[in-house]
Amino acid sequence: MTTTTTAVRARSRTSEKRLPGAWGLGLRRGSLELKQFFRQREQVVFTFAFPVVFLFLFASIFKDDVQGAGINASQLYVPAMMAAGIMSTSFQSLGISIAIERDEKVLRRLRGTPMPPAAYFLGKIWLVLVTGLAETAILLLVGTTFYDVDLPSSAVKWLDFGWIFVLGLTACALLGIAVSSVPKSGKSATSVVVLPFLVLQFISGVYIAIDTIPDWMLNIGALFPLKWMCQGLRGVFLPSSAQVLEQAGSWEFGKIALVLGAWCVGGLVLCLLTFRWKNRRDG
Amino acid sequence: MTAQANELAVDVRGLRKQYGDVTAVDGIDLEIRTGEVFGLLGPNGAGKSTTIEILQGNRGRDAGEVSVLGSDPATGTRAWRSRVGIVWQDESAPAELTVGETVRHFARYYPRPRDPEEVIGLVGLEAKVDSRIKGLSGGQRRRLDVALGVIGDPELLLLDEPTTGFDPAARRQFWDLIRKLSDEGTTILLTTHYLEEAENLADRLAIVARGRVVAEGEPAALRERHGTGATVEWTEPDGTPRAEHTDTPTKVVAELVHRFDGEIPGLLVSRPTLEDVYLRLTGQEDAR
Repeated sequence: MTTTTTAVRARSRTSEKRLPGAWGLGLRRGSLELKQFFRQREQVVFTFAFPVVFLFLFASIFKDDVQGAGINASQLYVPAMMAAGIMSTSFQSLGISIAIERDEKVLRRLRGTPMPPAAYFLGKIWLVLVTGLAETAILLLVGTTFYDVDLPSSAVKWLDFGWIFVLGLTACALLGIAVSSVPKSGKSATSVVVLPFLVLQFISGVYIAIDTIPDWMLNIGALFPLKWMCQGLRGVFLPSSAQVLEQAGSWEFGKIALVLGAWCVGGLVLCLLTFRWKNRRDG
Repeated sequence: MTAQANELAVDVRGLRKQYGDVTAVDGIDLEIRTGEVFGLLGPNGAGKSTTIEILQGNRGRDAGEVSVLGSDPATGTRAWRSRVGIVWQDESAPAELTVGETVRHFARYYPRPRDPEEVIGLVGLEAKVDSRIKGLSGGQRRRLDVALGVIGDPELLLLDEPTTGFDPAARRQFWDLIRKLSDEGTTILLTTHYLEEAENLADRLAIVARGRVVAEGEPAALRERHGTGATVEWTEPDGTPRAEHTDTPTKVVAELVHRFDGEIPGLLVSRPTLEDVYLRLTGQEDAR
């Protein structure tokens, strides 16, 4: 009896069906990731609502005109919070969630299936792309409705907005995947990921206007993507009269593209070198 | 028997694995035939989990040759992974998804999956299809793990202590499931520290202690080979229970018949159980 079934199964296996492709599975994983994200209320509030709440607070508290720049302080906070929102939905969200998935052995389980590793990362990209776009749209809506910010006035500005968003999101997502390997457990993930993000927000011109931060701090911030994302989005959404506030006195779009591009490459290399499907205790 | 059935699903020779100074696996040989249910039995820390993790392709080894379905698990391809089902020792399904969503999603990873609804029924979770995983009980989560292990219709199923934490009824249900899968032709390797489980399920088993196989064979044969003699128990007229371990139980009983001249109070002649064999082989006799 057993022999018969074995033979039948062996025969059916000779007509091998092809393994499912990474692209299609990536899409499926993306929808699953989104489902999981929006079902965890704390995570939604933490990564999604924080920048919105902070924009409301900062832009409502600080609203005086900025001398000689032709803008008010509220306007400064809109692009700054958009940059922080992009980093929150990519760097912070991935850094914490992947660390937890690794700790809870979700990654190890996936590795035990024939799922192509690329599908996992494609799923994360969809998650980050959708939440990043939604976050940016909400902040833009709040900014244009309440804080005197206009939508980009020309196709060129929209294009700048586009590449800053894509490069910034990609660099931060890759850094998030890399940083997920740092915490020893899922429990410590939040503090390990949030602390550097918080510090970066202070020294990159998110919470504090760029012209009031000491130069040495700004120079440290300039080593990371966030400062350049803020600067680029200011360039998109603020009038050119506001360039006087910048360290270099101009938006420096070329330099922004260079730094963000370099972080995309560097982040990818970091991910390839450090990514693990198991946590350290699992050997 | 077809040639297929005679092939080895798992062939392990001289397997070694060390963690720092601790030798977890110290030269294990295993031969598991296609279609059989093989039990890896041993106390905690004997090296069972390390061995099965190496077979899963989830842990490296320091020495030895390992072939699982004809491939070295250390270099297992996607096609190879699609033929091996894994049930981990600790559950790890995504808490926010429902049972149905998870099983249906995992089915998509495989070229020829089983029907998700059928698998959910197989593990007895029909009533929980739309429940979030975080709301399941421990036993239900383990059954979901089993569902995820078999969803790809594997040729070989590797289970690491699958019934730990089950209540007796759930354990019986799980045994039925394993028998059913085995009847369908799945080769099954399971680790356990429950003797009853190994004896009930396994066609053959290996007893592992301190990283080595100390005995191997069919459960009954193991008992024969390693359990010598018998124990004769009776009660003396003054009420004292007595027991004698002997190679000639019939002779002892004959003497007792003579002494008591008829019925012997509390007479019991027992052959060593698998548990006795197990405890002796794993050096835990004192546990009795």
